[in-house]
Amino acid sequence: MLITFRLNGIPRRMDVDESMSLLWVIRDVLDLKGTKFGCGKAACGACTLLVDGQAVRSCSYPVKLAAGKEVTTIEGLSDGEILHPVQQAWVEEVVPQCGYCQPGFMMATVALLDQHPQPTDDDIDKSIVNICRCGTYYRMRRAIHRAAEIMSQSEKRNNL
Amino acid sequence: MKELGGTKKRKVQLCLGLIIVFAGIAFLTNSASGHYQDQANTLDSSQLENGHGEVAFRKMMEVLTHNRCINCHPSGDRPLQGEDSHEHYFSVQRGPDNHGVAALRCESCHQEENNNYSGVPGAPHWGLAPKEMAWEGLSEQEIGAVILNPVTNGNRSLEELVRHMTEDSLVLWAWDPGVGVDGQPREKPPVMKEEFIAAVKEWAAAGAPIPD
Repeated sequence: MLITFRLNGIPRRMDVDESMSLLWVIRDVLDLKGTKFGCGKAACGACTLLVDGQAVRSCSYPVKLAAGKEVTTIEGLSDGEILHPVQQAWVEEVVPQCGYCQPGFMMATVALLDQHPQPTDDDIDKSIVNICRCGTYYRMRRAIHRAAEIMSQSEKRNNL
Repeated sequence: MKELGGTKKRKVQLCLGLIIVFAGIAFLTNSASGHYQDQANTLDSSQLENGHGEVAFRKMMEVLTHNRCINCHPSGDRPLQGEDSHEHYFSVQRGPDNHGVAALRCESCHQEENNNYSGVPGAPHWGLAPKEMAWEGLSEQEIGAVILNPVTNGNRSLEELVRHMTEDSLVLWAWDPGVGVDGQPREKPPVMKEEFIAAVKEWAAAGAPIPD
């Protein structure tokens, strides 16, 4: 089946099985390896990316549903050399340990901050439920608050 | 003779009165349920009078009290899942619009159809019924009252309620629930879909009774 969608702002067209998961299309067909495979059951969140701005578990998302939509992966967050506030906060707080699950957490965080620019700990607990076997949750919480701060400062500067 | 004539007159009046009362009851019954009586083509008036609505109610409730329905009509702020109706794993929340929270929307995982590769169920507009439509922990009679009350049924008329219960793709998903993460088919309600649809229509045609 011929499917077209925008991936990180660039139109992509491919001939794939419509039931193939978006994760495998992105990793194996489009060769972007930042989105990770974890459980394959939409449970751990390692494969989280954005479809039209919404966090989606791509391992359980048939590619046919992405047709005509905007897909954003971890590779599409930065603006060239300028890191996205979530990436910057992750670096500042030295969040990752092994790092495997981190792209999924960061994409989920982007979706959270889009809805809650100043999230409470409760907002974070309810929305960011991905799994990290290294147990970096406490550093991630700090990074999420830091990302909110960076975004807020950036917005204030833009309004000056 | 005069007294006898008076008795006859009273008997005639009584008969006329009874005829009017029965005609009135028949008219009201037809008005209220005529639409559904057309659809419930297996029913006749004697069946309605013989408690067919009650039988239909019981059959309907076998489905409404099954975990395929209850799991999405919880009384709390967490969806339920599984054959044992445990709280949804990963702290999944109801959220302000019954479709989850910011980065964990229902559609983050549940799409418009089942995904039998991952075992994640899906159907159009996947989400929880609003809290006022909660059935968890209610008796059959209480559920009956909830689904008939416009305040607790999404302001639906009886006709709209019947349409919801017999045509909504998320409701009918209960008979096409796919497989779980273990690859095993999910349990379906104990009544066949066609039987359930007929029962809902028959129940409505009988005036939507809530038997004790």
